[in-house]
Order: sequence, then structure tokens, then C-alpha cells
Amino acid sequence: MGTFSTGRKVASFGSLILGLVLTIAGLGLSMTGAGDLILGTLPINGTPTPIIFGRGAMFVIGIVLFFVGLYLFPTFKHHRAIVNIIFLFPLLFAFGVTVIIPLFLGIGYSFTDWNGILMHQFVGFGNYARMFKQTAFLWSILLTFLFVVFNMILVNLVAFLLALLCTSRIKGLGFFRAAYFLPNLIGGIVLGYIWQFIFSNVVTKFTGTYSMLSDTKTAFIAIIIVYIWQYAGYIMLIYITGLNTIPGDVLEASAIDGASPLQTLFNIKIPMIAPTITICTFLTLTSAFKQFDVNLALTNGKGSVQFLGEYIANGTEMLALNIYSTAVINNDYALGQAKAVLFFIILAAVSIMQVRISNKKEVEL
Amino acid sequence: MHTKEKPAAVAIRLVIAIIIAAYVLFPFLLLVINSGKETSDITANPVSLAGSSLGQFRFNIHEVINDPNFLFWKSFGYSTLITVVSLVLLSLFGAMAAWVICRNKTVWSTIIYFTFIASMIIPFQVVMLPLISTFRDVGKFIGIPMLQSVPGIVFAYLGFGGAMTVFILNGFIKGVPFDLEEAASIDGCTPEQTFFQIIFPLLTPVITTVTILNGMWIWNDYLLPSMMLGQNGKVMTIPIAIQKFVGSYVKRWDRILPAALLAIVPMIIIFLIAQKQIMEGMIEGAVKG
Repeated sequence: MGTFSTGRKVASFGSLILGLVLTIAGLGLSMTGAGDLILGTLPINGTPTPIIFGRGAMFVIGIVLFFVGLYLFPTFKHHRAIVNIIFLFPLLFAFGVTVIIPLFLGIGYSFTDWNGILMHQFVGFGNYARMFKQTAFLWSILLTFLFVVFNMILVNLVAFLLALLCTSRIKGLGFFRAAYFLPNLIGGIVLGYIWQFIFSNVVTKFTGTYSMLSDTKTAFIAIIIVYIWQYAGYIMLIYITGLNTIPGDVLEASAIDGASPLQTLFNIKIPMIAPTITICTFLTLTSAFKQFDVNLALTNGKGSVQFLGEYIANGTEMLALNIYSTAVINNDYALGQAKAVLFFIILAAVSIMQVRISNKKEVEL
Repeated sequence: MHTKEKPAAVAIRLVIAIIIAAYVLFPFLLLVINSGKETSDITANPVSLAGSSLGQFRFNIHEVINDPNFLFWKSFGYSTLITVVSLVLLSLFGAMAAWVICRNKTVWSTIIYFTFIASMIIPFQVVMLPLISTFRDVGKFIGIPMLQSVPGIVFAYLGFGGAMTVFILNGFIKGVPFDLEEAASIDGCTPEQTFFQIIFPLLTPVITTVTILNGMWIWNDYLLPSMMLGQNGKVMTIPIAIQKFVGSYVKRWDRILPAALLAIVPMIIIFLIAQKQIMEGMIEGAVKG
């Protein structure tokens, strides 16, 4: 093993020290409230312009220099460990700041009177008690569950039928698959407005009545229709992959034994793609729960309904949208956060249950 | 299968397939033909071609593209910038992290891996409100604005996309023979050389997959940019621009529909070019995720 040149040692220790100094200086400037560092002034076009070394730049350069120093650190024994740390750091740092810290802060805030910026006191389960007194919130939970159930069944059914169609022998299979998948490429917001136009201007031409979106029940159906339109093509692709994994000789054998197409479907195809069914149910379940964009763009939650003896103006507002409007529109951040925590718990519980049940079924088959 | 099918059955299936395709594609057709009409023609005959002309189409698009509430080129530019930078960083950092996690069987790497997997169940809603306050404070503290800024939103996508990216990449790296790395190490490669010169090039197919999955998500995402960039910030993505635009032109379909058309055209073009890869990528992501 060779030794390290003096140059490398100097570069390593120099970068480490300079990096630390710059990072601490950058943070120190903001802690003392001094703001940016002014290195001096340059006369540009006759007016003295300050050369600013921003604390942000200082911080970033400091961290980069620190890692350069760490990378050049004169060691053979720990080089692998240092590379591991450098490789893991960027993603883990971003993950920690955007997911882990806000998650714990959020759970904490849900027990306080947080207003988005400050919190004054601890309120215990006050927010949780308050949200269950809101009839509109209870309605949105019920509506979300209904939506999830309808979607799970309908999207999977439609997608499976499309997959059967797209694995049979017809011309232009590639075109049909791509066409059915196409809506999935488009974001929920744009898609919601296109369908808002169709429901309020085109469908009314044929039915001759009011728009489907103006009545809560039909608006709910409209959301489901749009959702199937958007999502079935994607789920269909997964079913096609599943169906294609069934060995041809199994199907051939069943045909020779005289099984009717329906018997083949129920006794061979469906049992053999059980893992695919699990994946698809899981995907439709979680995505339907989180549905937000289409809900916002299509109805924005509007729709009158009578529930538990109360009048509710946001009859088509599902959970995700309800959380958003509680916090962002009504400025009740603590309540919105508490609802979000409940949303998280429901989602986690339902997903775990769903995976368990499907796993059991697969074993039985 | 060697069973002979009746030609009639095949024909019926073809007809059904065509009818469904027509239904699925109909909204796109309506969007195109109505983008070339005036409001009165749109409300009078939304389904027919009557009133639709190329001149009107050009006029509508021209009106929309330079509208101060939409600013198509600006929001398109920002959407592209944010998506591309996020994808490059996610692929690079994701592969680096996944490689370390996969090749080091220590307690730490296992903890990190399972934290990533568990975090995939966390809905955005539960972190979005504290995320904004954290980013506001962090931005003030380090002196780089994290809200209403491109670096801030790219950083957020890095954090939210990281888990799935690592998960899919990890599955692939497991299948790369470890002998390759041992041989490289014997030949005198340092770990980082081994990664960048041997492992990373081998990851091309799976990086295509995660890029497609993350790209579709980031390009179409509405909630995260709307929270982080706001409706009136200087940085806008296309979904934000559309939402803002529709808010300012209630029921003006001769403006909204061309705007929606402009918003979906980039994605459709990409789909037409890379149709096979996109469909395969989406399937792989679902099956592995």
C-alpha cells in the first residue's frame, strides 16, 4: 500500500476545516441576524455595488467543501465507509427533511393549537374531538369509503375485462392498449377540467337536463366515471402482464380437456393471476383513498346533502380535499393536521389489512 | 393456442374494442375540435365540427399562450426544469444510496431500507402542512429560499421520490453479480470507481423505469407545487398555471379548452415517441412497487 502525498493531506484537512468554518459562519450569520456578508464594494458603472457573499452560498459551499475533504481523507482502511456515507447522505438528508421531520412535527402539531406558523398551547385530543363533531367531516369519511369501495370493484373489473380483450386475438392490439392507457398520462387537474366541460356542456345536450355535476349523487357518479376512465387503462396493463405469464400449455391442456372459455377463465386464469389481483387491488385502493386532483377540478367538493339531520354544502368533498380546505382555505391548521394524522392511520390500517387478506387468499388457492 | 375461433367472435371483439377506444379517446377529440371555436359555438354544438376553424384555433391558442394568468412558455419552462433536474438527481442519488444499502448488510443499512419502505405508505397530506413551515424556517435559517423556489421544490421531490426510487433500484442491484465488483476491486478500483464505471452503466434499464415513474408523477403533480410554490409565486408549473387560469376565466371554455390542450400536448408527444418504454416502465413500477 502506498502512502499519501503531502498535497493530498493538505487538500483534505484544508477542505474539511474551510468547509466547517464556512458552514458555521453561514449559520452563525443567520443566528446573530447579521444577514449576508459584504466583502467590499466595487464601482460598477460609477455606482458602488456591494459584493455580497450570501450566507446561503456560504452554507452550501461549506457543506460541499466538507465532503470533498472527507472524500480526500488520507485513509485506506476507512475509505469504503467514507464513500458509503457520502453516497447515502444526499438522499437521506432530503428524505429526513421532507418526510421524517415533518411527519413527527405534524403528529406533534395535531395536539396543539398550531396556526401554520406558531403554536401557543397543548390542547391534547381537542382537535380530534373537534373533527368528529363536524358532520361535514364524517360525511367526507363515509364518502371516501364509498368511493374507495366502488372504485376498487369497478376499476378492477373494467381493467380485467379490458385485459381479456387485449390478450385475445384481434387486430391492432398495440393501438388499443396504448389508447386505453392514454388517459393515465394526463394529470388530474387538466383531466378534471376537460371532464367538467363534457359533463356540463356535452352530456347535457343528450340528456337535455341539468348538469350531472350540480347534483351530489350524480356528481359522485361523475367522479367515479372519470376515475375509471383515467385509471382502468393502467391497471389493465398490469393484468395483461399477469395474464401473459400463464403458460400456454396450461391453457392448451384445458382446451383439450374440453373446458369452456368461462371455465378456463374462472378455474385457471383468475386463480393463476392471484398475485396480480393483489397488486391491482392495492394500487386502486391507495390511489382512490388519496384522490385529490380530480375531486378538486371536477366539483371542488361542492354539492348539497342532508346528513345526520344537518345540511352540508360540500357534499362531494372527499377526505384529501377536506384536509386541504380545512387547513389552507379555512386556515385551521391544527384541525387540518389532526385530520391528516387520522387519514394516515386509516390508510395504513386499510393497506395492512388488505395485504394480509390477499396473502391468505393466495395461500389457500 | 390452437383452438380455432369463429371469425364472428373475433369480429365482435374487434367491434367492442373499437367502441371502447372511441369512448376513451372521445374527450381528446372534443378538446381538439372545441379549441378551434368561439364560446357561442362551443355551447351551441359541442360535439359537431360546426364553427371550428383553423383560424379560430390559432387565435384561441395565441390568446391563451400569452395570457398573464397562464404564461404557457414560462410555466412549461419551469415544469421542464423542475422535472428534469429532479429526475437526474433522483436517479443519481437514488442509485448511489441503493447501491450502498444493497451491498452493505449491516444493521444500519437494513434500518434505512425498511424506513424507506415503510415511508411509502405515508400520504402527502400528513406531512404537507409541517413541510411548508419547516421549509420556511430552514430557508430563512440557511439563507436560501426553499418556498417559491426551484431548489426548494427539487429538494422536496428528492425527499418524496427517494423511497420508491431506492426500492426499485435495490431490487435490480441485488441481481447484479457481486463477482463484478470483487474483480474490479482486485484490479485496483476504488469503491467509487467501481460504482460509477461498472455498476451505474449496468443500471440503465431500471433507471429508465424509475425515470418514467417519477417523471409522470412530478410533471403532473399538483398538490406539492401548489403548497410550495403557491398560486401567485414567480415559479409556476403547468398544473398550477391551469388551476390559476381556470380560476380567472370561469366557464370561458374558448380559453380553458385550448389551455388544457396546450397542457397535455407535451406529455402526448413524449408518449408517442417512447410509448413502449413508458408502458413497460409503468408496469414494472407497479409490479415491483
